[in-house]
Amino acid sequence: MPALRPAATRLTPELDQAWIAKGVRRSRVWLCESNLTVREGVYEMQETYNYKVVRQFAVMAVVWGILGMAMGVFIAAQLVWPDMTYGIEWMSYGRLRPLHTNSVIFAFGGCALFATSYYVVQRTCHTRIFSDRLAAFTFWGWQAVIVAAAITLPQGITQGKEYAELEWPIDILIAIVWISYAITFFGTLLKRKTPHIYVANWFFGAFILTVAMLHIVNSMAMPAGLFKSYSAYSGVQDAMIQWWYGHNAVGFFLTAGFLGMMYYFVPKQANRPVYSYRLSVVHFWGLIFTYMWAGPHHLHYTALPDWTQSLGMVFSLILLAPSWGGMVNGIMTLSGAWDKLRTDPILKFLVTSLSFYGMSTFEGPMMAIKTVNALSHYTDWTIGHVHSGALGWVAMVSIGSLYYLIPRMFGREAMWSVRLINVHFWLATLGVVLYIAAMWVAGVSEGLMWRATNPDGTLTYSFAEAVKATYPFLFIRFLGGVLYVAGMLLMAYNVYRTATAKDARVYDDAPVPAAALAHA
Amino acid sequence: MSDFVSDFWAWYVGLIVIASVIGCLLLMKSQDVPTDEGKELDHRWDETLVELDNPLPKWWKGLFYATVVFAAGYFLLYPGVGSYAGLLKWTSVGQHTAELKQADERFGPVLAKYAGMRIEEVAVNPEAREMGKHLWLTYCTQCHGPDAGGNTGFPNLRDGDWIWGGSAEKIKETILGGRQAMMPAYGGQEAVIGGPKGAIEMSHYVMSLSGMKHDPALAAKAAPKFIQVCSACHGAEGKGNQALGSANLTDRYWLYAKGADAKSVQESIVETLVKGRGGKMPAQADQLGEAKVHLLAGYVYGLRSEGQPH
Repeated sequence: MPALRPAATRLTPELDQAWIAKGVRRSRVWLCESNLTVREGVYEMQETYNYKVVRQFAVMAVVWGILGMAMGVFIAAQLVWPDMTYGIEWMSYGRLRPLHTNSVIFAFGGCALFATSYYVVQRTCHTRIFSDRLAAFTFWGWQAVIVAAAITLPQGITQGKEYAELEWPIDILIAIVWISYAITFFGTLLKRKTPHIYVANWFFGAFILTVAMLHIVNSMAMPAGLFKSYSAYSGVQDAMIQWWYGHNAVGFFLTAGFLGMMYYFVPKQANRPVYSYRLSVVHFWGLIFTYMWAGPHHLHYTALPDWTQSLGMVFSLILLAPSWGGMVNGIMTLSGAWDKLRTDPILKFLVTSLSFYGMSTFEGPMMAIKTVNALSHYTDWTIGHVHSGALGWVAMVSIGSLYYLIPRMFGREAMWSVRLINVHFWLATLGVVLYIAAMWVAGVSEGLMWRATNPDGTLTYSFAEAVKATYPFLFIRFLGGVLYVAGMLLMAYNVYRTATAKDARVYDDAPVPAAALAHA
Repeated sequence: MSDFVSDFWAWYVGLIVIASVIGCLLLMKSQDVPTDEGKELDHRWDETLVELDNPLPKWWKGLFYATVVFAAGYFLLYPGVGSYAGLLKWTSVGQHTAELKQADERFGPVLAKYAGMRIEEVAVNPEAREMGKHLWLTYCTQCHGPDAGGNTGFPNLRDGDWIWGGSAEKIKETILGGRQAMMPAYGGQEAVIGGPKGAIEMSHYVMSLSGMKHDPALAAKAAPKFIQVCSACHGAEGKGNQALGSANLTDRYWLYAKGADAKSVQESIVETLVKGRGGKMPAQADQLGEAKVHLLAGYVYGLRSEGQPH
């Protein structure tokens, strides 16, 4: 809400600081007072940021993170104890696995991206969000999508496309919410008070635009009743479009979006300038132009035409440098501030996330090479690779950013307990390492056992023998997941204590800092 | 590849990707100029956010150039851009054919050793049995189980009960050409066995044939219908006919029962009568070739000595 304030107060920095700290409640008082003294004519509009929608998304990111990851632990347990749910169909692995992937990617990751992008775009454009109503609609619309997913997926209502399982009525809701998101985000960019668009917003913008296109194209379907539809594409073209979507969901949802997060929260938390503007320009466009063609590496040695497979492999390799550009820029931003890592667990989360980002964006191109893929494809190695990206990069950069964001949403400088953040960091790191190391061993074992042949040309191992060999590692993976969720529970407790602390206040609107206004 | 009927998409995508890579290289060139290292650019956002005018790291540029050079080389050798086939003329179908040929040359002689041997001899030859076992674990275990003990709907091959015949030749014939069983569905045909109610009566009669616990009154009602309808395939005594693959109903082996108890058996018989059955053994001749099927037939034939006495 814009409020009236006397320009004179800006002359004394102390008053200005007090104004900012007290926020909108103070400004409303001023509004009343201003009615009495308006003839002085020295009042100006005080612009504010919309923190309400940021806070809502940030809190829900924590809630969905716990539920989605706990679902992952549950299905990991089913792989260790297959009869755990007595064959109850809606608790079966096949139905809950898509619920796990949807809830961690779109519910947890999505809410974290909404929260941070709304926060970052306002603060780096020095202006309030384009439309409060539309922003509120994206919040409630997105929560409705998540709830609809949680209701339909366990019932087996699915389009059967990985990471795009939701049936057509939910797909339409997603499209409407996403377009509203795009209008809100780009509308805010358009009314910015800064001459230049900050780098984080390029990445958020690319993520929002591309995900809209991917979702709408891949979800094209002919409805056959309310809960059933048939894809608009058939055969190998359907597969190609699905993995064009699938891989770019990784590229634009799980990479570009979170790089946007990285480009704001790393320099902010480290209080250091971004290492290289030029590098950010080149790796941004490199990422945009090469990610788009990497999808066919999900379909090596299938009925997909040979030229598309070659293209998918080669572009996955070219992707290496543009991907690493983000890691280099993030990590080099910390040079000169390395000592802060000793005391600042938020920075630990952010730096570790960049390390996992670098590792998994190296591993990905390697796995896309056809000869490597011939060993790794269909094994647990793929699952390990995905989780080094998901738990190591996406979740850790989100957790770090949320620890920065959430106290500010409650008018505080820091979380209730910094020590708990530290414990969370170590639980999460140990969890990821256990998870991916177990999956590497399991995956490489599977790949080698499946291809082992006897001198007479017959296969050495039956499929069940390879399953048996992975058994201990499936248990270690389960343990890794338990540690990761335990960390998330600590986070939830810390958030609760932060929100209910004595000095915490619910902060719907925050004034744009005078310094930012002056610069604009 | 039938879904990609023209070269349009290949060239459309090919030209875009080449333009994209050239565009990225040009952008890189444009940013690859002397800079004020360590100097802050004069944009500032949200009070503290600034950017340094540092150059692109040399090793990073090198990495990008190296991948582009690799790409150019790869596309020269392999298909990837438009309909250009590549200098190596490589295709995935070609690679598959070549690998198959190589495998045939290498393992053909190993298999040929047993091709002339009678199946009964293959069944007792330790080396042949070892190969047969690995083939079994690769191709047959999914339905019949690793120990050939079968599963509901998939025959147990160790129990001496043969639906299509248990001689060495019949086993080989089954594996080579596959089998398609056909028990018609009578649930909707009131006139034939009396619909679902008739099916229950008939189930008691069928169970009486093997001396299982049944209701004699209900069985008696169904007896004439068995002679009229069922005996055509299963014979008047219900002993089945291996030439047709019709089950022997007198031996207490129930392919579709979920358990050996009278209730499970009766339920499965009623379901069979009402809905019919279409048991299918897929033909392996094209996929495995006769030499491997010969070894498998020997392996399966040899299982009888490990199975229950019959």
